[in-house]
Amino acid sequence: MSYQDATATLDLETREAIDIDRSKGDFTFPERNKFDAGRGLTDKTVDYICDVKNDPDWVREFRHKALKVFRDKPMPTNWATKDLENIDFDVIRYYLSDGEKPKRSWADVPADVLETFERLGIPQQERAFLAGVEAQFDSEAAYSNVKEELTKQGVIFCNSTEGLKEHEAIFRPWFGKVIPTGDNKFSALNSAVFSGGSFIYIPKGVKLKQPLQAYFRINSENFGQFERTLIIADEGSEVMYMEGCTAPKFETATLHSAVVELVALKGAKIQYVTVQNWSSNVFNLVTKRGLAMEDAEVRWIDCNIGSRLTMKYPGVIMKGERARGEVISIALANTGQHQDTGAKMIHAANNTTSNVVSKSISVGEGRSTYRGQVFIPKHLKGCRNNTECDALLINSNSRTDTYPAITVKGNRHATQHEASVSQVSEDMLFYMQQRGLNQGQAMSLAVNGFINDLVREFPMEYSVELKRLIDLEMEGSVG
Amino acid sequence: MSLHIQDLHATLEDGTEILKGVTLDIPQGEVHAIMGPNGSGKSTLSKVIAGNEGYVVTAGTVTLDGAEIFGMSTDERSRAGIFLAFQYPSEVPGVSNANFIRAALQARLPKGVDIDAVAYYKNLYAKMDLLEMDRKFTARAVNEGFSGGEKKRNEILQMMMLEPKYCILDETDSGLDIDALKIVAKGVNAMRSPERGMLLITHYQRLLDYIKPDHVHVMAEGRIVRSGGPELAHELEKYGYDFLKEAAFA
Repeated sequence: MSYQDATATLDLETREAIDIDRSKGDFTFPERNKFDAGRGLTDKTVDYICDVKNDPDWVREFRHKALKVFRDKPMPTNWATKDLENIDFDVIRYYLSDGEKPKRSWADVPADVLETFERLGIPQQERAFLAGVEAQFDSEAAYSNVKEELTKQGVIFCNSTEGLKEHEAIFRPWFGKVIPTGDNKFSALNSAVFSGGSFIYIPKGVKLKQPLQAYFRINSENFGQFERTLIIADEGSEVMYMEGCTAPKFETATLHSAVVELVALKGAKIQYVTVQNWSSNVFNLVTKRGLAMEDAEVRWIDCNIGSRLTMKYPGVIMKGERARGEVISIALANTGQHQDTGAKMIHAANNTTSNVVSKSISVGEGRSTYRGQVFIPKHLKGCRNNTECDALLINSNSRTDTYPAITVKGNRHATQHEASVSQVSEDMLFYMQQRGLNQGQAMSLAVNGFINDLVREFPMEYSVELKRLIDLEMEGSVG
Repeated sequence: MSLHIQDLHATLEDGTEILKGVTLDIPQGEVHAIMGPNGSGKSTLSKVIAGNEGYVVTAGTVTLDGAEIFGMSTDERSRAGIFLAFQYPSEVPGVSNANFIRAALQARLPKGVDIDAVAYYKNLYAKMDLLEMDRKFTARAVNEGFSGGEKKRNEILQMMMLEPKYCILDETDSGLDIDALKIVAKGVNAMRSPERGMLLITHYQRLLDYIKPDHVHVMAEGRIVRSGGPELAHELEKYGYDFLKEAAFA
């Protein structure tokens, strides 16, 4: 199955073959993979990945154990959508790479990969406002760089393979600890075949002024992307990490199943920002969780646009006193899409505070689901949770469901829950149209207004992108 | 050049006829007022002209400078130059006034041409000053939490920014105290121009003390029952609508 074409450059035909749709992520380049694990998932697939990546024995063992867990665990269709059954694990390709090491300079990145990321605006963003960038193309990072001054301060920013090999002493104690292999079927899958993703370590007291960014790009059809990210913020440090994702629109389904673990040690602060814009055939099944120690703070700022099915419930375990956890999330489900998102807030120490604000928009036959879990045990005191989930339905056949599960034991806590469902009223539309906005523009404006207070939580550069994506989604989706 | 309404009939979706043959010509440069009791069809007339889908036009035409408008959507009519100041302006949660008006102006520009932000704000602030509106107003969401007076002032601000050819003001005076009414009237009077036609819909004479109309029409039961000069408004004020109804159907 694998082939290599060292002469692959961008001839005219290729350029013309690239179909630029209205969504800027919808283009692909011919594959030129040196390493291809083939289709389907067996012990051999796992060994192939270990061999190619030259994994240490403990990782090989970790992967094989995980594969067993994955096989043993049933699909969670007892509570989740039946659409999960449509994932064909036998046709998915679990590892693809051109065999190149991540480059420190864009000039060294192969032409097709470079053009991909240039079209997505990554090098430009790096120059404008980022402290470091990692750009992953299918299974491996093509580019990875962090500002020299940060390296001097001891900041580590590399991919997971480099992390587990070269920084084992820091990496290994936390790896798989926030999200154990057996957390769910897809965390087990990721643990078996993970590749790429970021490893970040911020030393004590170091506060990054600019964000670090990772960009995950799927280029090949039937490909499964399984990046693995571990971020450790040592005592009193601060970091903002941003991730973006796109894939071209293929005929067949693509799987993205990441595991992201965050560790905020005493007094540290981690903000994790996601703007996902997967094409409408991607199954996006991601497990994200953070651990917040004493006085630490973990914030997930999450925007889910696109994909066929997204299941993602970022969580925070507040393990130290006065720890804070927050999930700010925006989801937009268009026809043929199901955004099943939410938050998990586990209070495990006194005086911990969590906040969940979720807004979803369902367009056409799109379906959005909020699933929340808040847990405050009896032996604690002074815990607080605030949960707000608001849904906006654009069309009469749009759908939204809310499943908030708030478990509070004992009487020394304070929780608050608010939920609302609204529609863009005929009166509001008429008013806006009377001012000269066509129906699509009016809907876009109404939707942007609905999520406006949350968009402000995103870094400025992302909020502009977010607004543009929403305008594109709303265009032609009304009537 | 005029906004011309010819024998207009319109019903609610359930078939109830509200407009029963309205004919009215509003030439450029003139201010017309329609008065009439509640339920006479005044507001319906304004909504039908603007293209509200809650009504069915069963007969008649409306032309804008000679062009038939019933084939046009609400937003096309707006961009062609029809502006309606709403009696009950809608809220647009989360969208700031500055962004809303900007989007409306942007919708009038060709694709690829962007509004000059500096010139836009300069213009916006000048109009807000005339309407005695606080600068903080630009950041507030459209009509959200506005008092009645603020909403009406906001309608006039939008009208001044969009510079329509024909302005229809539906009960702009309702719910205004005398100071707010004077400010709103100042805005409307500033918009009077030989190139612009205006239609004021009102229940009371009071508004016409501050915006002097060229012509006054009385509407009852879905028809214009009487037309005259400004003095007609004073007659109405003096004798009430019943007197006119009797006159119309005598």
